[in-house]
Amino acid sequence: MPNFNFRPLWRYSDQFIDGVLTTLLLTVSATMIGLIIGIIGAIVLRGGPKPARIAVRTYIEIIRNTPALLQIFIIFFVPPTIGLKFSPIQASIVALSIYFGAYASEILRSGLNSIPASQIEAGLCLGLTRWQVLSRIVLPPAIRNIYPSITSQFVLLLLGTSIASQVSADELFHAAGFIDSRTYRSFEVYALTCGIYFTLVVLFKIAFALVGRAAFRWPTRR
Amino acid sequence: MRQFSFSDLLFLATALEWTFLMAAIALAFGVPVGLALALARTSGSAVLRTVATALIELIQGIPLLGLLMFFYFGIPVLVGKDVPTVVAVGAAYTIYTAVFLGDIWRGGIQAVRQAQWEAGACLGLSWLQQFVHIIAPQAFRIALPATVGFLVQLIKNTSLASVVGLVELARAGQMISAGTFQPLLVYTLVAAIYFTICFPLTTWSRTLEARLNGAR
Repeated sequence: MPNFNFRPLWRYSDQFIDGVLTTLLLTVSATMIGLIIGIIGAIVLRGGPKPARIAVRTYIEIIRNTPALLQIFIIFFVPPTIGLKFSPIQASIVALSIYFGAYASEILRSGLNSIPASQIEAGLCLGLTRWQVLSRIVLPPAIRNIYPSITSQFVLLLLGTSIASQVSADELFHAAGFIDSRTYRSFEVYALTCGIYFTLVVLFKIAFALVGRAAFRWPTRR
Repeated sequence: MRQFSFSDLLFLATALEWTFLMAAIALAFGVPVGLALALARTSGSAVLRTVATALIELIQGIPLLGLLMFFYFGIPVLVGKDVPTVVAVGAAYTIYTAVFLGDIWRGGIQAVRQAQWEAGACLGLSWLQQFVHIIAPQAFRIALPATVGFLVQLIKNTSLASVVGLVELARAGQMISAGTFQPLLVYTLVAAIYFTICFPLTTWSRTLEARLNGAR
């Protein structure tokens, strides 16, 4: 029977907590910036001029068909060769935002497309302004439709921030590597780290379910 | 410092073999386990359903990087002796693949109406016959686009095996980049290789999905 010993890890609880906070910082920043990219991307895809549409499509395809690890490498290692320097955290936020933005664009676009054009026309016929049509007719059901995909994408991003450790951004996974190198308790360190990620994911999922239930009460069909 | 040369290209090609090999190992073992998980998840037994659901939720709630480390350091502790990196990494990718495919296929199986199972039972088919002849062909069609989509995720995510020292494509890129100080060239090239593999699959997945939605 192997003997597990989690006790040496207690001394490093501060590192774990700092790691969690940085992980949350990365996740939340990348979500915010990524959502802004996604909104712009979705609007362009729906009604932008053709060159802009092609540019956004290309961006989405490149990001979705290459590993996030390489995206982070390119953002972190390439700018210094022309004299620009990002800190690991900055580079990670930039890379993860670009990454999340590509997925968000697709999700938001499909959300907007899920609203039949006839509903928009009906709203305009009733004399609503374009803004009223958007805010009262299009957005509420569109947001409801994309809520599950965007929240699960958020969870994937939360887990995905772990790759920021590979450019030494000191988030949770990097903290785990550090503690591992000090304690040589590799198995215990990574078991605990996985447990922390899992706990975060469960907490976010519960929060999203509660928010979803409170925010989307109206019935879809009668 | 040296220049990026032809031998580096050969090195990348060799490393690409490992990328494919990891994906192949993950699929070879992950597909059967994934199928078992999907069946357990949709079975009549509450115990099987709970176990499968718990496993899927657990694995989907931890980063693949964490899973890799857990197996890389965990298997030697649990087995009591060192195992080759490929085995540990292969085990991590197998469980990762099984869980995601299991979840995708569960969706496919549930999308086929319950009445179809019952119709099969009425015809005197055994449970296995019902699944193989009636449910699986329809569920497979429904789940195929998402399955191909997952294949893209898997190939991209084999890049994380670089973290435990497996010299696959991403790791080879890191090594060449460190040797030549040409990160832009090397990483763009490596990303382009991944793109060349993944983009056709993504396109295929999208075509399948359009065809599926058109057929209904």
